[in-house]
Amino acid sequence: MCLGIPGELVELPEDDTDLALVTVSGVRRKVNVGLLRDEEELAVGDWILIHVGFALAKIDEEEAASALRVLHQLGPAYDQELQDFATSDVG
Amino acid sequence: MRFVDEFRDPDTARHLARGIAELCEPGRRYAFMEVCGGHTHTIYKHGLEDHLPENVRLVHGPGCPVCVLPMGRVDDAIAIAEHDDVIMTAFGDMMRVPGGRGSFFDAKAAGADIRMVYSPLDALKIARNNPDKRVVFMAIGFETTAPSTAMTVLRAQAEGLENFAVFANHVTIIPAIKAILDSPDLRLDGFLGPGHVSTVIGCRPYEFIARDHGKPLVTAGFEPLDILASVHQLMRQLAEGRCEVENQYSRVVPWNGNRRALEVIGQVMELRPWFEWRGLGFISHSAMQLREEFAAFDAERLFDVPGVRVADPKACQCGEVLKGVLEPWECKVFGTACTPETPIGTCMVSSEGACAAYYNFGRFSRARVREATLLADPVVRR
Repeated sequence: MCLGIPGELVELPEDDTDLALVTVSGVRRKVNVGLLRDEEELAVGDWILIHVGFALAKIDEEEAASALRVLHQLGPAYDQELQDFATSDVG
Repeated sequence: MRFVDEFRDPDTARHLARGIAELCEPGRRYAFMEVCGGHTHTIYKHGLEDHLPENVRLVHGPGCPVCVLPMGRVDDAIAIAEHDDVIMTAFGDMMRVPGGRGSFFDAKAAGADIRMVYSPLDALKIARNNPDKRVVFMAIGFETTAPSTAMTVLRAQAEGLENFAVFANHVTIIPAIKAILDSPDLRLDGFLGPGHVSTVIGCRPYEFIARDHGKPLVTAGFEPLDILASVHQLMRQLAEGRCEVENQYSRVVPWNGNRRALEVIGQVMELRPWFEWRGLGFISHSAMQLREEFAAFDAERLFDVPGVRVADPKACQCGEVLKGVLEPWECKVFGTACTPETPIGTCMVSSEGACAAYYNFGRFSRARVREATLLADPVVRR
């Protein structure tokens, strides 16, 4: 729950739901980017840090790699989080 | 060797470890508290304490939201879940947390409809798909997850959903740090500020810690190198007689936080007069509930919540562990009666709890480091 997962934006929201398409370690899911709307200009290819289905911060690629390193080092806890993310269906 | 294995940049890690050792005043002991469960996890996983001089100690604070949830709130949630028309939804971390009458898993086994979700938005979708049921989301977490709950409630309102509610258990980090600072049995020299919470609230709310309490705080990232760098920054402040809030994790954490996230929290939630924390007792203005305008989405108003109060099990010393007074392995039941498979206390449940992190990693890393120390690195003193 407390893990921040880095994801890459694949498609920007097409309607007012704030749901963008994101890939995380090869898994594609919808993520809410409404919390970044005010301050950040989002573009396809941007990296974001995701918490429980919401993007909390825009990050650069280097930070995305750093966050992934931390997650991989977690082992089973990350596998579980990724599995939970993969089953998430918010659309 | 271990510097090569564990650190992205072993030279920098070695340099920082040496720098920390050089900044130690002879005869002085240092204690820094990390208030974030993610940091605790990194520290134990990589045996970071073994890279620090013996007189520099890291104290693990109350930064795991699962760990600080009192047992009575679990019982209250289960009482809601036991209604025939209710689907209770919760994060996976929540499922094994013991209440006075068992955990969510136990309640599920006994017939309650309790489902694990990754996001509150998943719970919202379950509500859409089950119009004849009332779907309740067990909302837990610090400021990291509170904006997600708030956004989800706003979405439910916009859609006119009438069968979705939140059982709010969101807590706020600042009052917990205040409680720690006021605790008589703990002497700290500074804090490692939480990473993700600060993404939302920024670094400004910590300024009172430096100004009024004379303790420096460095907001830290999650890599082993981040933790070492942050400890180094704290040591440098003390050596130079400075006492400030610094942001080691500025690549993610903006000084003023995420404005939109703070706005939606304020729009949907308000501070409770008080809330019970496991181990810390009742702390005023330390948790959030839904505002009156969102009463239609507030499980506490919609259901007859029993408001159970349960004393922690006598053998369990989570309270002392959460305050950093005891190390996990000093608890009477650690690793014997209380293990991650059969947790008695909450610190053993979440992978970010100090006890579970130490149980899973710390024991081994300590032994491993001692072995490596004998062979190689002169910086590691233990």
